[in-house]
Amino acid sequence: MTTASADNNTAKETTGAAGTEFPGQVHPTPGGGILVSKLDDVINWARSNSLWPLVFGTSCCAIEMMSTASARYDWSRFGFEVARATPRQADVIIIAGTIVNKMAPVLKRLYDQMADPKYVIAMGACATSGGPFFYNTYSVVKGADHVIPVDVYIAGCPPRPEALLHAMLALQEKIRRGLTREQIRMQKPEQSF
Amino acid sequence: MTKEELKQILTETIPGATLDESGEWLNMSVDAPGWAATAAQLRNHTVLNFDYLFCLTCVDWKTHLTMVYHLTSTSHRQPLVVKIQLDRNQPTIDSVSGYWLTANFHEREVYELFGVQFTGHPDLRLLILPDGWEGKNPLRKDFEDPVNMIKL
Repeated sequence: MTTASADNNTAKETTGAAGTEFPGQVHPTPGGGILVSKLDDVINWARSNSLWPLVFGTSCCAIEMMSTASARYDWSRFGFEVARATPRQADVIIIAGTIVNKMAPVLKRLYDQMADPKYVIAMGACATSGGPFFYNTYSVVKGADHVIPVDVYIAGCPPRPEALLHAMLALQEKIRRGLTREQIRMQKPEQSF
Repeated sequence: MTKEELKQILTETIPGATLDESGEWLNMSVDAPGWAATAAQLRNHTVLNFDYLFCLTCVDWKTHLTMVYHLTSTSHRQPLVVKIQLDRNQPTIDSVSGYWLTANFHEREVYELFGVQFTGHPDLRLLILPDGWEGKNPLRKDFEDPVNMIKL
């Protein structure tokens, strides 16, 4: 994230460097202040700061994901701490590893069982494109986006925890910026996603 | 037990074997016929006592197949690699699942991926591949799958 230059820091305080501050403007009045905001912005702000990942890992990327979850990298700093073992309570699925043809229907079912709004991070080369298993393999799906829609892709084999954290922050930024996939779908009923 | 002693006992008990010491571990090549009897000797011999099969796999050399068994013992800790050459068109070998129970699943895996027939196996069917993959052997070098495979 780029930060404002030093002399502008105080003026930009409400928007914030990381964009995690409450969205809206405060109008100071005697005896308190008035906050002006949009409900969509507030909902997106709340959603982006409490994303619960699904416990889902299919190969070595999952080791990096566990490392990201544990004390040294600690994704709970950004609101990801409650990893859920059931898709019905999870908001984001991190596809950490290779998806094979036999696993694809399971992944689809897990995604379908998650409640809206739901987000997907494709972690690493295998989940993005099949990676090292792109050529001469009978069993690997060439990219998890053949099975479910993906919001954020991470390069790497496997990506370092910093890369996963960056992808999570990018997802948060994406949620804060605009409409969810479901909201877009509701606005344009003729279009199917 | 040292490697030399192991070599000594192996040459005495299994006369048809060819030993090869070029690798880190002692390699032993035997013929496919009579493998069950050899396996029984390795497993039940009081000194050899190879009671732990820690790897069972197969290699496709395009001209032939090679079964590879990695054995060790919890009493003397000397590893032994047994290699058996098989005919690629009709790969058949005795099952050793009676001597090492872990061979049951490993032989099923080799059966589905390489098409090796294990005589005497109690339950020789696909292990991981879904139904409909019988006889396709995807780990053979000449395996073709125009739907799922992108050739390089």
